Amino acid sequence: MTLTPALQRTVDDFQAMEEGDRLQLLLEFADELPELPQRYADHPDLLERVAECQSPVFLFVEVDERVHVHATAPAESPTTRGFASILAQGLEGASADEALAVPTDMPRLLGLDRVVSPLRLRGMAGMLGRIQRQVRERAAAR
Amino acid sequence: MTESEPRFAEYAAPDRLVSTAWVAAHLDDPDVVIVESDEDVLLYEVGHIPGAVKVDWHTELNDPVQRDYISAEAFADLLRRKGIGRDSTVVFYGDKANWWATYALWVFALYGHDRTRIMDGGRDAWIAEGRELTREPARRPAVDVPVVERDDRTLRAFRDDVLAHLGRPLVDVRSPEEYSGERTTAPAYPEEGALRAGHIPTAASVPWGRAVNEDGTFRSRAELEAIYLDGAGLRGADDVIAYCRIGERSSHTWFVLTHLLGLPGVRNYDGSWTEWGSLVGVPIAVGAEPGEVPAR
Repeated sequence: MTLTPALQRTVDDFQAMEEGDRLQLLLEFADELPELPQRYADHPDLLERVAECQSPVFLFVEVDERVHVHATAPAESPTTRGFASILAQGLEGASADEALAVPTDMPRLLGLDRVVSPLRLRGMAGMLGRIQRQVRERAAAR
Repeated sequence: MTESEPRFAEYAAPDRLVSTAWVAAHLDDPDVVIVESDEDVLLYEVGHIPGAVKVDWHTELNDPVQRDYISAEAFADLLRRKGIGRDSTVVFYGDKANWWATYALWVFALYGHDRTRIMDGGRDAWIAEGRELTREPARRPAVDVPVVERDDRTLRAFRDDVLAHLGRPLVDVRSPEEYSGERTTAPAYPEEGALRAGHIPTAASVPWGRAVNEDGTFRSRAELEAIYLDGAGLRGADDVIAYCRIGERSSHTWFVLTHLLGLPGVRNYDGSWTEWGSLVGVPIAVGAEPGEVPAR
């Protein structure tokens, strides 16, 4: 069970901050969630809805030699966008094995329990679980 | 007192609602505090009404170590830090048709904070009208606030109150699927589950969202009367308990029944289904019918 280097950097960044500033960092991630590639924007049917999240978030994982996570969530759901952005950036370019080695309770490592609430963090754990399931399926299909 | 819009005059307590225009005209009013309460904890940071302070239900109104609201001392301290005086007029607004704004208003009511309002239409209405937003956090000067004991008897119901209440009006405001027992969790909220699925016997099913229009504003009084007084059989009721999953959707219904329709004695059971559906030894009903009062 290990984090990818990018996720480890993100965890370190959150942990290095005062608790109250972590929300601001999450907002920066929300602002940075990449736009969907056109091929998914044109085909919303390819995206999987994450039921664990309190707002509609859809994601799709591509596995070639590396893992690429694409996600979209509405502007009025910045917390969900922030979570998706952390995972998409943190897993981008990882191997399938590296992506699957990320512990499922990784969201707890961000130190957001008190500023976001554990209930909301479960949505992020659900997102990670679905990403890893898609990685397993697509890696097996290669 | 807030001078209400003519369109609010039909409600039982017209001064419980203010319009976006009223809020815009009172942004600099020292006696008025605008409070944003959202489901999404980051929305306020994305942009909010200038001068509005944020109160997050999850992280600021709940006791960190027991399932309850914060203590009287902690609540007074919260108000002091937010710059909300006991005599301030507090206008709540938020996302999702004021769902969480009404929850915050209800918690304030438990502490006897009664000069509270809801901005009709909530955050979405403000944004749809192209009104000003800012990312600048509001800084209000701290104020002296007395410690006021919480009243848990008038507006709030506990599990034993609900047991004793069976046979009198009960409203379940969750989705039809949660009510019938097809699912234990709200659509899209599987983390807030319970061990059993269904509803409290005899409860009428009125999903909370029926109280609002497409744009998040409250329905007219005539429409609300048709839904609650006729549809759910609450005409003349003076003792109603509403519940949902953790008490947030039922706060919205509590607000509608109490302030818009003027029913006396409406209580919110905040333990709601997450508690009732996991309690040992209490009856539940499944299916689309309310069910019978269990023999005692």
